[in-house]
Amino acid sequence: MKTSFKLNGQAASLDLDPRTTLLDALRENLGLKGSKKGCDHGQCGACTVLVNGRRINACLSLAVTHEDDEITTIEGLAQGEALHPVQAAFLEQDAFQCGYCTPGQICSTIGMLKEAADGWASLVTEDLTADTVLTDAEIRERMSGNLCRCSAYPQILAAIRSAGGVA
Amino acid sequence: MKPFTYERPADVTEALAMVAAAPGARFLAGGTNLVDLMKLQIEQPTHLVDVSRLPLGQIEDTAEGGLRLGATTTNSQVAADGKVRARYPALAQAILSGASGQLRNKATTAGNLLQRTRCAYFYDTTKPCNKRQPGAGCAAIGGIYANTAIFGASKACIATHPSDMAVALSALDAQVEIAGPDGQARAIPLDDVHRLPGETPHIETTLEPGEMITAVVLPPPPSGGQIYRKARERASYAFAIGSVAVAGGKVALGAVAHKPWRARAAEQALAGGASPAEAMAAEMASAQPDGHNDFKLKLMARLGAACLTTTGAGDDQ
Repeated sequence: MKTSFKLNGQAASLDLDPRTTLLDALRENLGLKGSKKGCDHGQCGACTVLVNGRRINACLSLAVTHEDDEITTIEGLAQGEALHPVQAAFLEQDAFQCGYCTPGQICSTIGMLKEAADGWASLVTEDLTADTVLTDAEIRERMSGNLCRCSAYPQILAAIRSAGGVA
Repeated sequence: MKPFTYERPADVTEALAMVAAAPGARFLAGGTNLVDLMKLQIEQPTHLVDVSRLPLGQIEDTAEGGLRLGATTTNSQVAADGKVRARYPALAQAILSGASGQLRNKATTAGNLLQRTRCAYFYDTTKPCNKRQPGAGCAAIGGIYANTAIFGASKACIATHPSDMAVALSALDAQVEIAGPDGQARAIPLDDVHRLPGETPHIETTLEPGEMITAVVLPPPPSGGQIYRKARERASYAFAIGSVAVAGGKVALGAVAHKPWRARAAEQALAGGASPAEAMAAEMASAQPDGHNDFKLKLMARLGAACLTTTGAGDDQ
């Protein structure tokens, strides 16, 4: 089935079996291996990409449903040699060990910062009508869909805190 | 996944016709549950009708002073909506307590209601399950699994409905708007959407084949406090092992039955002047735990009483 979308700013056209997930299309059809397949069931967040600016699990989304969408993966974040500020923050804070979850953590962070900038609340937001303040508790709750089995969470938190507001 | 074909309709009428025309067809919205179950071959649709781009993604005021949530509004969209947060905080809290940010960005209002149970034996295709294969038996009964029903279960099924959102919608007396393939439309209380398992646990809702949820309608918010509180095995991103929604004098319980469990005995007791603890005791009197889930009796009694105390439900009786 013919499917076209914009991937990291470039037009992409594919002829796909409808069963193909967005994650498999990115990795197997388009050769972008940055987005990772961890659990393949929406439980670990390693496959997180941005679709029209919002973070989603690419493993649970059929590629054919993304006609005309704008998809951003970890490969599309840097401007040439200049890293995206969230990428730079993860490097600066040493926010990984094995690195497998990192592309998902970074894409999820960018989506999360946009959500916070848009005033979205979280479960730990005490006053649902107040402005969003990204405390450590808020960051932890909002990032709970991204697991790190090396448990680099303190450094991930530090990276997100230092990158807050720049996405 | 088993092979399937895929179509994207332009409007609700076309979507209904597409599903009616293809035996084995299913509506696809966010896909966060359906695609997952297709990977496991628990769901094997032969045709998917993608309703995610239908014009059902709006949150609108109703003439009665409530809100209409279109079927394909995302969980994130509803939880972020200013009117929902200001007037239906229990609903915002319930949605935000479920899943992850990524999943809430895809999952829809209607899809949340129609998601399947997370019973471990429903997911374990090496074990019998009357939902997957009617008549096969239930491995959860007597199995090593504790997140099962204490209300309304049957000898065929002790699975629970996993939604947080639906528990809040039950306490808020929401209505569900449904469109059928013959062009008819109807609205039923949220409480009437899901069935108890009985002898046919594979039939989970009262929707007829080919029918589609088009909206969830919230009546004006009740007077009194609202809260949604959830107990789970870790602090975030886990399904409930018990939850409570309170809206005014209305109470609903989650993760205790095959459907969001409206606690009418508790409500009646509250209306009669009972204390929060007494009201929950009245509700729990009809609970039937099966051994592995006995802990839910104390959990729900305490969680419910805490929520009723926090909101002050019954204080004006």
